Amino acid sequence: MFGNFDFDVIWRTLPYLFKEGMTFTLTLTAMATAGGIVFGTLLAMMRLSRFRWLSAVAGTYVNLMRSLPLLLVIFWFYFLVPYIGAWVIGSSTPIKVGAYWSSVITFTMFEAAFFCEIMRAGIQSISRGQTYAAYALGLNYWQTMGSVILPQAFRNMIPVLLTQTIVLFQDTSLVYVLSITDFLGAASKVAQRDGRLVEMYVFAAVVYFVICFSASRLVRVLQRRVAIVR
Amino acid sequence: MIEIKHVNKWYGSFQVLADCTTSIAAGEVVVVCGPSGSGKSTLIKTVNALEPFQEGEITVNGVSVGDPATDLPRLRSKVGMVFQHFELFPHLSVLDNLTLAQVKVLGRSKDEAVVRAVKLLDRVGLRSQQDKFPGQLSGGQQQRVAIARALSMDPVAMLFDEPTSALDPEMVNEVLDVMVDLAREGMTMMVVTHEMGFARKVAHRVVFMDGGRIIEDTGKDEFFDPASQRSERARLFLSKILQY
Repeated sequence: MFGNFDFDVIWRTLPYLFKEGMTFTLTLTAMATAGGIVFGTLLAMMRLSRFRWLSAVAGTYVNLMRSLPLLLVIFWFYFLVPYIGAWVIGSSTPIKVGAYWSSVITFTMFEAAFFCEIMRAGIQSISRGQTYAAYALGLNYWQTMGSVILPQAFRNMIPVLLTQTIVLFQDTSLVYVLSITDFLGAASKVAQRDGRLVEMYVFAAVVYFVICFSASRLVRVLQRRVAIVR
Repeated sequence: MIEIKHVNKWYGSFQVLADCTTSIAAGEVVVVCGPSGSGKSTLIKTVNALEPFQEGEITVNGVSVGDPATDLPRLRSKVGMVFQHFELFPHLSVLDNLTLAQVKVLGRSKDEAVVRAVKLLDRVGLRSQQDKFPGQLSGGQQQRVAIARALSMDPVAMLFDEPTSALDPEMVNEVLDVMVDLAREGMTMMVVTHEMGFARKVAHRVVFMDGGRIIEDTGKDEFFDPASQRSERARLFLSKILQY
């Protein structure tokens, strides 16, 4: 099988694979992580809110997202976002979103549900006494969250958040259904065009493995560093 | 300064506070004691609305704590509180622990806040520790920082919720010394504690609680004088904790 393994096809297409494919994969991962953490943290605060309806809304959203296959959500958002956008801005025709932004929105919204659960655990890991102490000093809810609870929760959860990001990095390959050229998509296109399926898929696997494996090792190192001295 | 009138509180059907009434005048030091589960920690937390209550009224400096219209952060910023487990913010340095609320709540400039913080750290003997993190300090040092943090808001009254209960015995005195100094300077203080030595030394009054009720509310001398009339429950409690 490896007798006529053609390394040349990999060399030739490296610029395309990385400049086109990997750039998109990393951009999408970064944007969805950043957006997902912000949105997920807000969802977590809603879920922990003492206002029942707020926590019910957030809970429903999170449970819905976590119960649907990502692929299905990608399709749904692709078809729905133009209409929702039109409804939001009051336009009578569906707005043009395009596959690129549709994928960014989808992954952000989807990951937010997972980041929400991580941040919720993080917030709950901070003792009630910290909130009492902050309130007793006269800090309001937002100041307490912003200066006391979330910095600690976030720090405690960094390893889990990064692990989730690694999973997200792999999941971005699903954007092939929107005909977007991510790293796997680029490799796949070359494979079909040049009839070099084995080479390209092996190479793609190696790249994913190297990146994800080194990232998870990094997370373990970080885990030991960020622990707050108590 | 602090008026507590007919306060009732339930957790579900369990009554934790039953018709509690007492008051603390400006400059007065009141020690609250009683067996565990008697509601003393709950009572002290109702004073700055960390614990809500269903019936009765509490006013601090004339402001009603239970009134939904009350600006609670504003009220709390005027009442310092010290907790059993210190509750310093572990991700902030000692100095930042003292300046955070000064800047965010009182709107002081960072420089102003630092000057005030350093002065208070000096007072509790911890100026040299200002750049350390809470986790690097001993329990007694942490509690002294916590007292300094509460004082940094220039409170009109201080609440202490078992401030020495989580400390190793050899660290209790360094914290009590700071509290005695505060009391002698005329700070209004409500102190939940089992340190009867502290009560004898600086308290003006002692409130004894059991089963969510205030059973005794008397001057210090009457409370500790075996000859004066006291409830059987308080006598039993005292004989137990003063045994050793």
